[in-house]
Amino acid sequence: MDFALSKEHQMVVDMVRRFGAEAVPVIREYDRKHEPAPLIPRMAELGILGVGIPVKYGGQGLDYISLGLVCEELEAADSTLRVVMSVHMGLCAQTIFHWGTEEQKQKYLVPLAKGEKIGCGAFTEPGHGSDFAHIQMTGRREGDYYILNGEKMWISLASLADYAIVTVRTNPEAEKPHRGLSTFIVDLHSPGIKRGDIKGKLGVRAGSTGWIAFQDVKVPVENRLGEEGEGFKITMSAFDRGRYTVAAGATGLIRASLEASVRYARERETFGVPIAQHQLIKQKIAHMARDYEMARALYLQAGWQMNQGSRATRMASMAKWFATEASFRAASEAVQIHGAYGYSDEYDVERYLRNARGAMIYEGSNEIHTLIQADYALGYRRDKPLRLELPPYDPEEWQEE
Amino acid sequence: MSKQIWAYIDHFKGEPLMPSWEGIGAAQMLAEKLGGEVVAVILGSGMDDAVQRAFHYGAAKVIVADDATLADYRPEPYTETLAKAAQEHNPAVILFPTTTRGRELAAMTGAALDAGVIADIIDMDVEDGKIVTTRPVYAGKLLAKAVAEGEPQIITLRVRAFAKPEPDESRSGEVISVPAALSEDAIATKVVEYATTEGGVSLTEAAIIVSGGRGVSNNPRLQPPPDITDENEIEVWRGKQGFKLIGELAETLGAAVGASRAAVDAGYIPYEHQVGQTGKVVSPDLYIACGISGAIQHQAGMRNSKIIVAINTDPEAPIFKLARYGVVGDLWEIVPALNEAFKKKLGKK
Amino acid sequence: MKIVVFVKVTPDTAATVKVDESGKVTWGDAPLVLNPWDEYAVEAALQTKEAHGGSVTVVSMGDESALEAIRRALAMGCNDAIRIEDPALAEDDSLSTAKVLAAAVNKIGDVDMVFFGRQAIDGDTGLTPPQTARLLGWPYIGLVSAFREIDPDGKKLTAERTIEEGRQVLSTQLPAVVSVAKDFGEPRYPSFMGIRKAARAKVPVWSLADLGIEAPAVKVRLPELMNPPKREVQCEFIEGDTPEEIAEKLADKILAEKVL
Repeated sequence: MDFALSKEHQMVVDMVRRFGAEAVPVIREYDRKHEPAPLIPRMAELGILGVGIPVKYGGQGLDYISLGLVCEELEAADSTLRVVMSVHMGLCAQTIFHWGTEEQKQKYLVPLAKGEKIGCGAFTEPGHGSDFAHIQMTGRREGDYYILNGEKMWISLASLADYAIVTVRTNPEAEKPHRGLSTFIVDLHSPGIKRGDIKGKLGVRAGSTGWIAFQDVKVPVENRLGEEGEGFKITMSAFDRGRYTVAAGATGLIRASLEASVRYARERETFGVPIAQHQLIKQKIAHMARDYEMARALYLQAGWQMNQGSRATRMASMAKWFATEASFRAASEAVQIHGAYGYSDEYDVERYLRNARGAMIYEGSNEIHTLIQADYALGYRRDKPLRLELPPYDPEEWQEE
Repeated sequence: MSKQIWAYIDHFKGEPLMPSWEGIGAAQMLAEKLGGEVVAVILGSGMDDAVQRAFHYGAAKVIVADDATLADYRPEPYTETLAKAAQEHNPAVILFPTTTRGRELAAMTGAALDAGVIADIIDMDVEDGKIVTTRPVYAGKLLAKAVAEGEPQIITLRVRAFAKPEPDESRSGEVISVPAALSEDAIATKVVEYATTEGGVSLTEAAIIVSGGRGVSNNPRLQPPPDITDENEIEVWRGKQGFKLIGELAETLGAAVGASRAAVDAGYIPYEHQVGQTGKVVSPDLYIACGISGAIQHQAGMRNSKIIVAINTDPEAPIFKLARYGVVGDLWEIVPALNEAFKKKLGKK
Repeated sequence: MKIVVFVKVTPDTAATVKVDESGKVTWGDAPLVLNPWDEYAVEAALQTKEAHGGSVTVVSMGDESALEAIRRALAMGCNDAIRIEDPALAEDDSLSTAKVLAAAVNKIGDVDMVFFGRQAIDGDTGLTPPQTARLLGWPYIGLVSAFREIDPDGKKLTAERTIEEGRQVLSTQLPAVVSVAKDFGEPRYPSFMGIRKAARAKVPVWSLADLGIEAPAVKVRLPELMNPPKREVQCEFIEGDTPEEIAEKLADKILAEKVL
């Protein structure tokens, strides 16, 4: 057992924390305007978009734990920054890294990891989120192409991404619906694609969340990830990484709420003493401190599992479930501690609260995670080996130039 | 022969900087307690006027090196000339003002003479015949007593920390000329040109500073000109308008304009106005903070101001903990009103 | 060009620094960082290397905690690093430090330029850079805000620097020592590749024997460190019905303080 972060991890944290501090003023402005903040190019320039991919595929050669730490730091600044990593890296780049052929990796993963192209994952549909096996968007094989038709909804970076990982129904006749799905790498600049952002969101207002409509979009067969009919498994493996990044990010949001609360509680005085000396304020702070450590321990354990090359499905789900609920509580209590000021955008905590809410819904609603965890505990659910496992982290191989 | 206490007179193009006279005041204090005489030291070209003024401020003697090679301050000829003069006259103490040149020259003279240098002191006293200085460390978060062994003791005085003596134009004294130590062809460093920045009162020397923070742009009623449409540019434009208000009040008070790092980073005002840990450290008699919350880094640069006045919309802003007087309110209303009030009371138009 | 940049490790600027009961300086759990002024020096050194080729060696005097500063500089792009530590250096002042640093420059050999930050945010003296220059017998340009020309072949350097009166442009000869001011420009972030290499870097340690010098005499001592006297100010809030009324009252209060 070793709970210490390596020097490398600590320096990654310092660097991304500095970027977060630089980003916050921009975020405040764009969150208020309800427009995506133009920060992705800066993230690309700093190499953040390549964390979690080996150097030979254009990445930074940093491990899965680094990816989690980066997400924690990003979301301590703003959830939209972490969302970029969840979809660009977790759902898109790492899914190609996991399931792609060498040709697919060279063609798509390298520019994604270098930050030259932006990726997203297009899975959920207007009528289908939690019951993913029943998605309706179709892919019809015609010679060397699949013809995609349908609509994806609640897609982060929908309006900004260049590539999307898209799962569709290629075999409507499949006996079990989830066996009829296949996954593709789609160039979002292809003819037949329309997309846009959703307005009026409660949170993540400085980010892009939108829809992508496909009308007779021709995707070459060589863009299929894995086998035909393997789409469900590929999608679920992508969700493992998505959930991992969401968990790590929510941990950052707890920390941001805690730090803001501690600062304010020490400064603000009522009844002649700093409010930090009131027991009910102490209780809130204590809960946040506890939840932060627990959430962090959970996501780091999932990251460690991925580094080892063992399945993190269970731990990533548990971390996501716990951290997102705890982050919502923490943000809500932070607003309470700030009193009326916390209710206005004079302070960041109201933004934390709005941002925290969404993560209890996306990447598997917390109800789904509750059931998943019960089923693991009851023995109703077991992880079966995949045809391809996520490559473990091997420093020498990952950092080879 | 009685001990000499030297006060180095820093100047720009022959015009002594005000803090140089504070050095003569400090030297007088040392001369009284240690015994000895106050000697002003002037290096330059065409320094007769400065020499006379050094007498007016209280120097008993003036050592002067007046030479074309010394027209502009340059490290090499100044260090060698000063070090040579010190070797000849054996001063017990050499005081410098902590200006850019003063600090540099003190450092290099210390290296040339193998003498200890104590930089940027805010106080000093004599205990058992030894000089004990006090200087801020960790950007003023702590104070340290500092003592040096051996002679000469080289000390630089924080600007405005020591009182400037009253000049008396009837005073004069002995002028001791010393030669410049280097010929021009032995000096590698040449002054190519000066590029002066905008006028106004220098921050570190200012007795009064009016300072603005990020809050100065917070005036949504202020309509930008139609050609500025970008939100960011509008904010910067508003920030600049805010600093105009601050500048007007500063002009009425004869004050310098300061700024917080947030205002500088946002592009409202150039870096040279920044007060704080990574800006300038100031200690004016009056510091008026407008729209500055008072982060610890900013406090490090201004907490030694004598009277601090804070104007801020947030009653919880930490700046109020340092302030003698506070106004919870909109600087866009208070600052212009304050400007008018001072104009009236100070009889300015 | 062979470039040396000297750095120091300091507590973070946001740290609350205090003197504890035993008279020791503490800053709680605030992190140790590369002295913020030194970041500008590292940036300037790296830009010089990028423009003229060569290498940048980062050097720091101090115990193992100095590695925090060294690693940051390496992660920003410095090529190699040296740490100087010796039990005889337990006590130091600016001049004794300058003697050690000058000896290091001489040992490294054939150095064209030496970079410093303007001062360290702990001791705040700003004396070591010019003293090192004087001990080396090299020209010194302090508080550089921009380089106009660096000519390694012609051994010439022209730089702008900040003085009270504005900007001064100086030309001089190489090798030279410079200190870098904040208006030089924002220091770069460390790169991840730099971080990976810096995290693993084995930094050689030089002792005084390696430098071939005796422990230099320390002349300046700090016998006592103190917390500054608490400002006993109670803020008097000025209130009124109109801004004019508030301004009127405030102006009277300020005038009564006789600071104008």
